[in-house]
Amino acid sequence: MGDIITANGVSFGYPKENNELNVVLRGVSLTIREGEFVAVLGHNGSGKSTFAKHLNAILVPNEGTVTVCGIDTREEDRLYEIRQQVGMVFQNPDNQIVATIVEEDVAFGPENMGVEPSEIRRRVDEALTDVGMAEYKAHAPHQLSGGQKQRIAIAGIIAMRPRCILLDEPTAMLDPKGRREVMSTLKRLNREHGITAVLITHYMEEAAEADRVVVMNDGQVLLDDNPRAVFSHVKELKRVGLDVPQATELCYELRKAGYDLPEGILYEDECAQAIAQLLEVAG
Amino acid sequence: MNAIKAENLTYVYSPNTPFEKAAIQDINLEIEQGEFVGVIGHTGSGKSTLIQHFNGLLKPTSGRIFINGTDLWADGTDRRAYRFKVGLVFQYPEYQLFEETVYKDIAFGPTNMGLSPAEVEQRVREAAIAVGLKPHHMEKSPFELSGGQKRRVAIAGVLAMGPDILILDEPTAGLDPKGREQILGMIKAYHRQRRNTILLVSHSMEDIARYANKVLVLNRSGVAMYDDVATVFSRAEEITRIGLSVPQITRIFGRLRAQGFPVSESVYTMDYAKQELLSLLAKGGKTGA
Amino acid sequence: MLKDITIGQYFPGSSPIHKLDPRVKILLTLGYIVVLFAATNPIGLSVGILFLVFAYGLSKIPPVMILKSLRPVIPIILFTSVLNMLFIEGDVIFQWWILRITVQGVTTAVVMSVRIICLIAGTSLLTYTTSPIALTDGIERLCSPLKRFKLPVHELAMMMTIALRFIPTLIEETDKIMSAQKARGADLESGGLVQRAKALIPILIPLFVSAFRRADELALAMECRCYRGGEGRTRMKQLKLHARDVYSSAFVLLCIAAVICINLFAPEVLTMR
Repeated sequence: MGDIITANGVSFGYPKENNELNVVLRGVSLTIREGEFVAVLGHNGSGKSTFAKHLNAILVPNEGTVTVCGIDTREEDRLYEIRQQVGMVFQNPDNQIVATIVEEDVAFGPENMGVEPSEIRRRVDEALTDVGMAEYKAHAPHQLSGGQKQRIAIAGIIAMRPRCILLDEPTAMLDPKGRREVMSTLKRLNREHGITAVLITHYMEEAAEADRVVVMNDGQVLLDDNPRAVFSHVKELKRVGLDVPQATELCYELRKAGYDLPEGILYEDECAQAIAQLLEVAG
Repeated sequence: MNAIKAENLTYVYSPNTPFEKAAIQDINLEIEQGEFVGVIGHTGSGKSTLIQHFNGLLKPTSGRIFINGTDLWADGTDRRAYRFKVGLVFQYPEYQLFEETVYKDIAFGPTNMGLSPAEVEQRVREAAIAVGLKPHHMEKSPFELSGGQKRRVAIAGVLAMGPDILILDEPTAGLDPKGREQILGMIKAYHRQRRNTILLVSHSMEDIARYANKVLVLNRSGVAMYDDVATVFSRAEEITRIGLSVPQITRIFGRLRAQGFPVSESVYTMDYAKQELLSLLAKGGKTGA
Repeated sequence: MLKDITIGQYFPGSSPIHKLDPRVKILLTLGYIVVLFAATNPIGLSVGILFLVFAYGLSKIPPVMILKSLRPVIPIILFTSVLNMLFIEGDVIFQWWILRITVQGVTTAVVMSVRIICLIAGTSLLTYTTSPIALTDGIERLCSPLKRFKLPVHELAMMMTIALRFIPTLIEETDKIMSAQKARGADLESGGLVQRAKALIPILIPLFVSAFRRADELALAMECRCYRGGEGRTRMKQLKLHARDVYSSAFVLLCIAAVICINLFAPEVLTMR
């Protein structure tokens, strides 16, 4: 499996009024491999969104490089190619829908790419089916719920057939039902179609569903591992203002009190099982 | 006297059209003065509609609503006065800021109340302190501030009206864990200090568990439950059946109880969970020895 | 609900009128307007009226919608009728003090009213049977030859589409902002014109700020979906002309021809202006 995106020593700052830079990223190095489902977890201000914007060349680094499918993001005349390979879904469900009818919005990307009309039709129908919104194809966007709108946005991206989908806090403005819809759609696309997914989030339940969690803090990568390994660093995560699943925290607290419990517990069933065993042994 | 009393409250959208829908139906509710109530329910369960009846923004299709004992829609009630007694903070309140300075925006409510400039100033300063804004923020344009700060300005704008009842519709929407804790902590402190009545609409059972002392569960346009937090969480199965989720801690303890362990029925916070288990393990240890 | 209102009120359907190509419909509406104003005597005008009745019948739009479309214009019709009746010289049929009503005045008033009514009803039929997006498409493609003269046809059409897309969203947002400001004691109902205008500031400023922010975010999202303007863009929905488009065009041309013939050869039945 190849590398899709490589970030090397990326540093970046937003220009301030007095000609100084508000440095947001400090030497971030990261590689995303084809087919991975990566969650980038961090609190607001950790630099995660700024980093995400480097991955499809919305921003270019002050120092270091970002390479997308072999193309350096600084190459301005290849911007188009980069964005065909890495599609981005934004946080606000409304402010990325352009057309008055769902299927026309999904067609927007392929139309921009000059794809032949009957092929666009095919891709739009497939994309809508893949996100489970085929019956809404003639609806107006404002009639949809937040979760449905985000699924349309995802459909609009996959109709462009990118190698990677980048999602910047796509569920932050959704209710729990909408969040579940988006997450299950994303997981299915990653698993069944092999699309690489990079999910920027501050919800640890979402990060727990990824293959790999990259924790960012203060413009740097703090942790980069699979979810179980990352969430076992309970103290460190709390220190940087993040949450861990309650199951993980409970086992951590019991371990701190001297009891023997396995590490890396994330889910309620394994937690209940482990505690049950502990109570059996003690009782 | 109850802070809020609803009697057979019903509200129907678009009556006599093909879009007719009863957002809330036959709601009967009594909320006492000084309570901190967490309000939870699906999107579409009627939450937003219900809270807009409490400050008179919506007129009931049928039924009555009493605030501090007064029927809001009786002849002679000065409903506009109740907008100030019942402060309502909408979702994403930062999108309603409009004034030139933070001070002026927070002062909008108190000024509309007809208070003197001196009184307005006192209210504004108190509200700003309550939400954690600093003096140097006051003369800035609200549009210069960060998202989180803007939200605090918006909340301060409602606090400055000195409401007896404060209703917040998902005040932590879109915030990260640290941001959520800050806002909720601030509301809890405000409640402790003012001893007024607070309604917190939230999707997060965990948040409600931590901060509220009563829970109102809405389902399908009606009240499913209204009780102490502990009692509500002991009915975890019912809550799950409605399609809402209880905190992970509660579910874990549910499983342990199902396996026959004598754990408490209403565990819903981390601290309580830890306490329960440690005491149980210690006891077990003693009998094992 | 507020957000279900669409511009010009489109009634989805599958009548032959609905199915006509939007470009053809726009041109035929223009042709119809020509019929209305080219007629110089009542017989010619009745061709226009009959055409309207026929088209409405075919479209299955409830006739009561004609009345609804006319409601805003009734004051104008009444006003021009009165002016026509009082100030056109000719054979007097009624006199009171200095006010004179002439035969020619009455006929002119009637003819003008009929023309306005048919005009409004006819163009309303266009919007009732054509969705806003189809209309925008039709206008864009009709105007595309103008690109040669540096007219930004695609950009204008894009702006129209995006505006149509966001109208319901912005209406919803206005609702929310109004509720939020009312909850802080804003009084939008009482007071004179000036006071009410000032009371709108807490609504308009957040709305404008929000609209700009949306535009910003939308532009970025469009760029990330490879939008580069109209160059090299294809369209999923292709507009194709069908037999019915040809027949309806022929029919309207026939009507225009009929009116011109009637103008030239029919006996002078009541002079019209």
